[in-house]
Amino acid sequence: MALDTNTQTRIDLIAVADLVQEGSRVLDVGCGEGELLELLRDKRQVDGRGVELSQAGVNACVARGLSVVQGDADRDLGDYPDDSFDYVILSQTIQATRNPREVLGQMKRIGRRVVVSFPNFCHWKIRLQLLLSGRMPVTRTLADEWYDTPNIHLCTVRDFLDLCETEHLAIEKTLMLAGEKSWTEHNPGARANLRAEQAVFLLYRK
Amino acid sequence: MSAATGAHTGTAPPDPRLEAPEARLETVTFGPDKPLRLDSGENLSPVTLAYNTYGELNADKSNAVLICHALTMDQHVANAHPQTGKPGWWLRMVGPGRTIDTDRFFVICPNVIGGCQGSSGPTETNPATGKPYGLDFPVITIADMVRAQAMLLDHLGIETLFCAIGGSMGGMQVLEWASAYPERVFSAIPMATAARHSAQNIAFHEVGRQAIMADPDWHGGTYLDHGTRPTKGLAVARMAAHITYLSETALFRKFDRNLQDRDTLTYDFGAPDFQIESYLRHQGMTFVDRFDANSYLYITRAMDYFDLAAVHGGVLANAFKGTKTRFCVVSFTSDWHYPTAYNKQIVHALIAAGANVSFVEIETDKGHDAFLLDEPVMDDTLAGFIASAARQRGLT
Repeated sequence: MALDTNTQTRIDLIAVADLVQEGSRVLDVGCGEGELLELLRDKRQVDGRGVELSQAGVNACVARGLSVVQGDADRDLGDYPDDSFDYVILSQTIQATRNPREVLGQMKRIGRRVVVSFPNFCHWKIRLQLLLSGRMPVTRTLADEWYDTPNIHLCTVRDFLDLCETEHLAIEKTLMLAGEKSWTEHNPGARANLRAEQAVFLLYRK
Repeated sequence: MSAATGAHTGTAPPDPRLEAPEARLETVTFGPDKPLRLDSGENLSPVTLAYNTYGELNADKSNAVLICHALTMDQHVANAHPQTGKPGWWLRMVGPGRTIDTDRFFVICPNVIGGCQGSSGPTETNPATGKPYGLDFPVITIADMVRAQAMLLDHLGIETLFCAIGGSMGGMQVLEWASAYPERVFSAIPMATAARHSAQNIAFHEVGRQAIMADPDWHGGTYLDHGTRPTKGLAVARMAAHITYLSETALFRKFDRNLQDRDTLTYDFGAPDFQIESYLRHQGMTFVDRFDANSYLYITRAMDYFDLAAVHGGVLANAFKGTKTRFCVVSFTSDWHYPTAYNKQIVHALIAAGANVSFVEIETDKGHDAFLLDEPVMDDTLAGFIASAARQRGLT
């Protein structure tokens, strides 16, 4: 059932929140200022925790009454016990980690389910920009110039599917987002890789 | 005197907008039927605790907040100090409508055992001799302080604290509380603290203790019998410790190399040349008016002995196994006395224990004392944490 939320909430956050069971335990890695955690707490009655790199983000979260610690996805996930969460979420963060594969490995150890959302670098607008302008694309989901961007490990839907295979992660559900539209892809192929601006994966250990 | 710093320094100017909440100054003594079993193996009896309360305990006794004080503070957290007349050391935090809201919470602040403001300590009378204990007072630990506080809560009929909060040594007590009595602590806010005292921290304490013991007026700890007080040694101890409460940036900002009431160097050792010298001497002098030298020895010892991991098989996470307490750990960027790294060790252990933990590091140049001072980001985060915990506790 889709969440009944106001239109101010980012579509990708709603898509992620829709994948989470009510009342579950959730760790949001790279939780920013806590938008998703707050949404999960208020609409899904989730027992949520967060990790956030920026101290300003952490302070904002705690001031909102969320349980968040300052930490680095690349370094600080090792502390969490095995299977300590129902879901570990990496929302729009994987592309900014130094070692996405290790982060994913930690997440599947900590959580029974893993949710990853990221901007798809193969969206047709990005392909077109590269082709026509010969410059690094700047879009709604990738808003920074190449020299400013925190995104050091961008990938495509197809790339991510390969990584899931390597990391022995099975796909339970896949959501594709473009503009204000979202749809489920049971077997994302070349067409999805072209159409999706963002992708959300619900994964579990094989 | 230059600009004042914090209540650690005892020189914070009173803010006229901050009215003190009504304080009840209480004392309880536990007789021979209730001795305090100490970590050293000795029993302390009788045990007296002096404590202040503010606000009202609600009907189901679920709104109690325990404030644990730091090394040189006492139970006068929000009322004027009866000896010095200075405002409470955390008046900006504790009071009606403030972060620890005395309109909503029943606030308890006990003087630690070993202290010198009415709780059992070296200045109190030893019933065996009829004289002040002096060094006959048993060596106490942070766990002993907390055990005595648990007796106080039993006495008050409070089963579970809504919140235990404290900075520095107060933070150590909060950690000990959460570890020793997990069912009795709903939420815990350890601030600017450590789960084990470092070599550097022990070193600074040892300098202070040696300064006290080198003062001929100390008389092997029996100065009260001799009608003297080792004020010079205690003042030097305070001066050395006080440096650790500040940061180099704050010292530079406030004092730099500015001269004290003069334009040229004196080429002498009498009156202070530099403002920082004058400031430290003032800190030392005012401190001895309100603090006891033997108490300083005992309490610094208790802090040095604190190592929460050591008593849990060397693994700090074991101290918090299965805890349901909600934690909010707070550190300060310029605190080199209990730096962020020490506080993060606590956070890592809590995460490993599967605890519900928040951790904020506050950007400030005010050093260790920042937890006592005007830090709006600290206020916002603490208010958010306390409000959320109060909702979960069903407090309205």
